[in-house]
Amino acid sequence: MSGFVGGLIWGLAAGTLIAIAALFGVWWERKVAGRIQMRIGPQTTGPAGILQTIADTLKLILKEDITPDQADVRVFRLAPLVVFVPVAMSFSVIPFAAGFAPLDTSVGMLFFLAVPALSVIGILLGGWSSRNTYATIGAIRAAAQMISYELPRALAVLSLVVLAGSIRPLDVMAAWSPWWIIATAPGFIVYFIASIAEVNRGPFDIPEAESELVAGYFADYSGIRWSIFMMAEYGGMVAASLFGAAVFLGGWNWLPGIGGILVFVALTLALVTAMVWVKWTYPRLRADQLMSFAWKIMTPAAIVQLVVVAVIAPWL
Amino acid sequence: MDATETTSSQTGVLGGAGVSSESADTAEGLVINVGPSHPSTHGVCRVIVHLDGEIVRKAEPVIGYLHRGIEKMCENRTWLQCVPLTDRLDYVGSMYSNWAYCRAVERLSEIRVPERAEYIRVLVCELQRIASHMMALGASGADTGAATMFIYAFDERERVIELFEELCGARLTYNYVRPGGVSVDLPEGWTDRVLEFARKHRIALAEMDRLFLGNAIARARLKGIGVLDPDVAVAWGASGPVARGSGVNWDLRKHDPYSVYPRFDFDVPLGSRGDCFDRARCRLFEAFESCRIIEQAISQMPEGPVMTAGLPRLLKPAAGDAYDHIESARGSLGVYVVSDGSVRPYRVKFRSPAFCNLALLPLLAEGHTLSDLVVILGSLDPVFGEVDR
Repeated sequence: MSGFVGGLIWGLAAGTLIAIAALFGVWWERKVAGRIQMRIGPQTTGPAGILQTIADTLKLILKEDITPDQADVRVFRLAPLVVFVPVAMSFSVIPFAAGFAPLDTSVGMLFFLAVPALSVIGILLGGWSSRNTYATIGAIRAAAQMISYELPRALAVLSLVVLAGSIRPLDVMAAWSPWWIIATAPGFIVYFIASIAEVNRGPFDIPEAESELVAGYFADYSGIRWSIFMMAEYGGMVAASLFGAAVFLGGWNWLPGIGGILVFVALTLALVTAMVWVKWTYPRLRADQLMSFAWKIMTPAAIVQLVVVAVIAPWL
Repeated sequence: MDATETTSSQTGVLGGAGVSSESADTAEGLVINVGPSHPSTHGVCRVIVHLDGEIVRKAEPVIGYLHRGIEKMCENRTWLQCVPLTDRLDYVGSMYSNWAYCRAVERLSEIRVPERAEYIRVLVCELQRIASHMMALGASGADTGAATMFIYAFDERERVIELFEELCGARLTYNYVRPGGVSVDLPEGWTDRVLEFARKHRIALAEMDRLFLGNAIARARLKGIGVLDPDVAVAWGASGPVARGSGVNWDLRKHDPYSVYPRFDFDVPLGSRGDCFDRARCRLFEAFESCRIIEQAISQMPEGPVMTAGLPRLLKPAAGDAYDHIESARGSLGVYVVSDGSVRPYRVKFRSPAFCNLALLPLLAEGHTLSDLVVILGSLDPVFGEVDR
């Protein structure tokens, strides 16, 4: 029973964390994108527009929740949650501080890679049940894309597992040394690119490709259901950045105590900013170019990285 | 990746999944309706797309959603009252329609335009060319997902529109060029601001070239897409950057020189491959050339009146007809006017370049993917006010 209560508390904490991450992420993205585009971004709601996302959220909650006539109603309503819940779950294995991860499981690294991948089912459900050709095309593109990018992402993380000799994130963190950054730099780049593709953000936002598919798999969603899809996207972005900042870049290992947490937060913020930067600078790839990039460049690069790490591991 | 490889891989991904939708399913594949309201239709174009997987088998543009009967409306207005209607044709380049119509009327009524007015017309039309090409380039950016390119290009366009606003009070529908000259003389200090703009614009163009056309992803998205053969371009009556992107050397400013254009030194940029990239590049270089023309026009501009003296309040050209054409940002824009000797036109007909260019869409899009379709449509730069009239 205590396991259940503990899980409930952590679940609520994770939900709150994702909500805050999404609130902040949206504001941060708008500010950074504004600077990139010679604009200021939100500025009238609160100091520096910090309350903009709250205003947006209120608007989204008050909007009419439309279910298309032709839609498969139950599947249509379920889909946003199927996308969001796995993303929320992935937060639980992130090593937030020395010796602390909400869910300290011995298979944490695998958990982080496998669970968010379930989102693709929700995306397929949402796109399919909308009975909209644009949504269907978007959903199928998303499925192909997310499954293709699972592989290089997992292979890149595997290099760390080889180095640490454990798939428990806290063990990886304990074994971490600054030399790993050099040894796994290509793997980190592969992980970073694959993470962008995994959360369907530009330049890999092909499933929602605004100029082609209007909004892709969530074209028919409105109001709060639409915002749950967006929360999943921002949550995924933050989770990938947190995890990357921890296991690849060392997170809180750099400084003891509270200083380490601050370094961890700064590294995460840097990764989030890099994702925003990439999205607002680059055009979007085409679906077939994206697939050939995944299979012809990313996957071989990750495999080479893994082999190299396996060879040099005894000396690190 | 070549076309056949793309076809097989994409059919595997999409075709095999058995996409079905009762209203849109056909024996061959999927039919989707792009537009008339869609983020990338550049107005109100509707394209019925037959897809096989993600490959476009057939794309049929359906036009007419912006048809307002402007040619017919002209018949119920006096010659001068038609000028504001021409603003509504190519609403991204109103100066061109103004000017083309006025040239036809002037030819019909044998009006001589003061030299200063001719220089002002060239000046505003070259500024307009910059504004229009920035719209096209920005839209190419938006079509490929480069939102920042869109903002950069629109920022440059905004500078031109601010200049026009100062000149004639309007931001889009200028009603500035009138039969016999232009409506008002240039405001004080305006030419200095134009020169300042031209100087800064070159820097901005170089920046856009690096940001967008120099980007590896943008190149992969634009190169080899929607290749237009020069012979086909001529046969279909394509003009403007669409034809010049394929290497067809056809620019009315050079090949049927009008107004004071022979006095200026400028080049006509030509593409070689005829793909979306060359069309975009042509527009970028044309904006450079426009800056050159603007600077020459300002340095050569004489003093004097801007409107022919002694024009009647109500124009009443003798019975007859006249045709004149100019090089608009989209290509050869022609106007044919017929007079029966009354105060109203008997017939006004516009030959709009965007209409001819848009007709190429089915030809160019076939065999490419759905993602490329919107890029090709954007590279043709249609303005539906002009296509539908």
